[in-house]
Amino acid sequence: MSQILKILIADDEAPARNRLRDLLGDIENISIVAEAKNGKEALDFAAESKPDLMLLDIRMPLMDGLETAQHAQKLEPKPNIIFTTAYDVYAIKAFDLNAIDYLLKPIRLERLQTALDKAHALQPKQIEALRPLQKMRTHLSIHERGRVILVPINEIVYLRAELKYVTVRTVEREYLLEESLTNLETEFSEQFLRLHRNCLVASQYIAGYEKRADENNDAQWHALLKGVPETIAISRRQQHLVRQH
Amino acid sequence: MFNNNTLTCNIHTHFNLERAVRKNSRLPNLHNFGIHLRILLIVNLLAVLAAMLLSKEISEFFPLLAELSAVIQPIILMSMLSLYVLYPLLSKLNYWLGILVILLLELVISATVVVFLTRYFSFEAVSSPIRASVMAGVVTAIVLYYFYLQQRAYSPAIAEARLQALQARIRPHFLFNSINAVLSLIRSQPKRAESALEDMADLFRVLMAENRDLVPISQEIALCRQYLNIESLRLESRLNVTWQIDDMPPEALIPPLILQPLLENAVYHGIEPMPEGGEIVVAISTKHKELHINISNPYAPENDHHNGNKMALKNINERLKLHFDLEASLKSEAKNNRYNVHIRLPYEAK
Repeated sequence: MSQILKILIADDEAPARNRLRDLLGDIENISIVAEAKNGKEALDFAAESKPDLMLLDIRMPLMDGLETAQHAQKLEPKPNIIFTTAYDVYAIKAFDLNAIDYLLKPIRLERLQTALDKAHALQPKQIEALRPLQKMRTHLSIHERGRVILVPINEIVYLRAELKYVTVRTVEREYLLEESLTNLETEFSEQFLRLHRNCLVASQYIAGYEKRADENNDAQWHALLKGVPETIAISRRQQHLVRQH
Repeated sequence: MFNNNTLTCNIHTHFNLERAVRKNSRLPNLHNFGIHLRILLIVNLLAVLAAMLLSKEISEFFPLLAELSAVIQPIILMSMLSLYVLYPLLSKLNYWLGILVILLLELVISATVVVFLTRYFSFEAVSSPIRASVMAGVVTAIVLYYFYLQQRAYSPAIAEARLQALQARIRPHFLFNSINAVLSLIRSQPKRAESALEDMADLFRVLMAENRDLVPISQEIALCRQYLNIESLRLESRLNVTWQIDDMPPEALIPPLILQPLLENAVYHGIEPMPEGGEIVVAISTKHKELHINISNPYAPENDHHNGNKMALKNINERLKLHFDLEASLKSEAKNNRYNVHIRLPYEAK
């Protein structure tokens, strides 16, 4: 008696979901535990229904399948991932190169069956291969007390490197993220400025700059931020940014 | 079999093209200031080149160039003047006869100038009159060949070939997603699947046809509606289209497949990335003997994808230019979370 495979489907187009449901209906020992219209919804549903396998469409609004797969790595248990796509030259090339499972739409029953049988979880190396396919993430995923919290990039005021973590500050609260500040800086260079050796500040949250005297009575520039009381000291090397502002 | 056919077809068109270009070759417009400027430039460049070749050291270069110029400038001035005067006659001649007359004219002018200079200004003649004539003949041939090539590049026959190459192409993303959508309907709603396939057949028939002639705008709009029917299968209520075309003259002629690719863009970049979808607005009207087409769709900068959009716009713009030259234009801008494309083209009717 084989176990029932729990599957989550994510696709923004209802007909595409219907088609997958129809096909999966012809396969034994599986059950569809959730259907999502985008990547964000998929992650929310996955936290509840704990699927063994996620069938992710690549092109979806709000969060695409590639980013969803990366955040899904923090789910417990880690689900297997199969991507679905109608046409996406770059992604398919990368999938082939890195042995990542995918299905081309329209999907055939036999291909789906084979894919389900051999599906496996993504390896760190494969996750790395997915990175360049995306411009940038729309969210950061934070692991907190057994849950995965998605923080939208445009709600982040600043990112500050601590000893082992990066503090993610939004107007409401702080989160701890296990990533390197340097990587975050490269990925989000469009929205964030490095005002200090250990701090990236979202330019849209900078309200202004102010000169203050520090403990040695030297003048020190600070960035004032929208929505949060604390200010960020600007290192000497970055003071030209103040002038540009 | 199929390959053979396309091959012969290609050779055939190519041959026709060559012949058409040759038959329509004309002398450059010698009453045009730009043409004379080009002649001056080419001849003087060749003189600089000659001076560089003849001088053994840099110090020799400028005196040599001056010496050459003293001979060449009078020849060019005389030539340009006589060509300008003779152009009305020359343009009536057959192309090749005209070329021959110009060549002979140049031989005579250059020989005369050299003889005149040596006799009356006791020039240490750079060359004998015969050598000067031969060189003038070669330079004239080079200049004429340049104008021939230039004309070829802009000839209508070549433009036609470019138009064919620019033909709107089917976006594979659309093709496969549509087939997938139709497949999903077959079990549950076979009737809808049928009509969807019929729409697809019509659309692809137009996409694959040779679309060289202008078509009435009403025909293009009918095609767009079929296209949107297919898209709404998969996008359902997310896709909303408003047509503001009450003032549109249905018989106005436009190049085929100008509107449909723009709608495809609007769907791909404006509707698909939005979880709740949005509205595409198409407004068409006439003003001052011109047809104005506006297409706008929702736009979020963070969803900006690659350059696919720019490619399609460039393609349409180039087709407009080939049909209407400067009388048509295409502009696009992102403003207030909407992306707008505006096309202006002359209002023509059958």
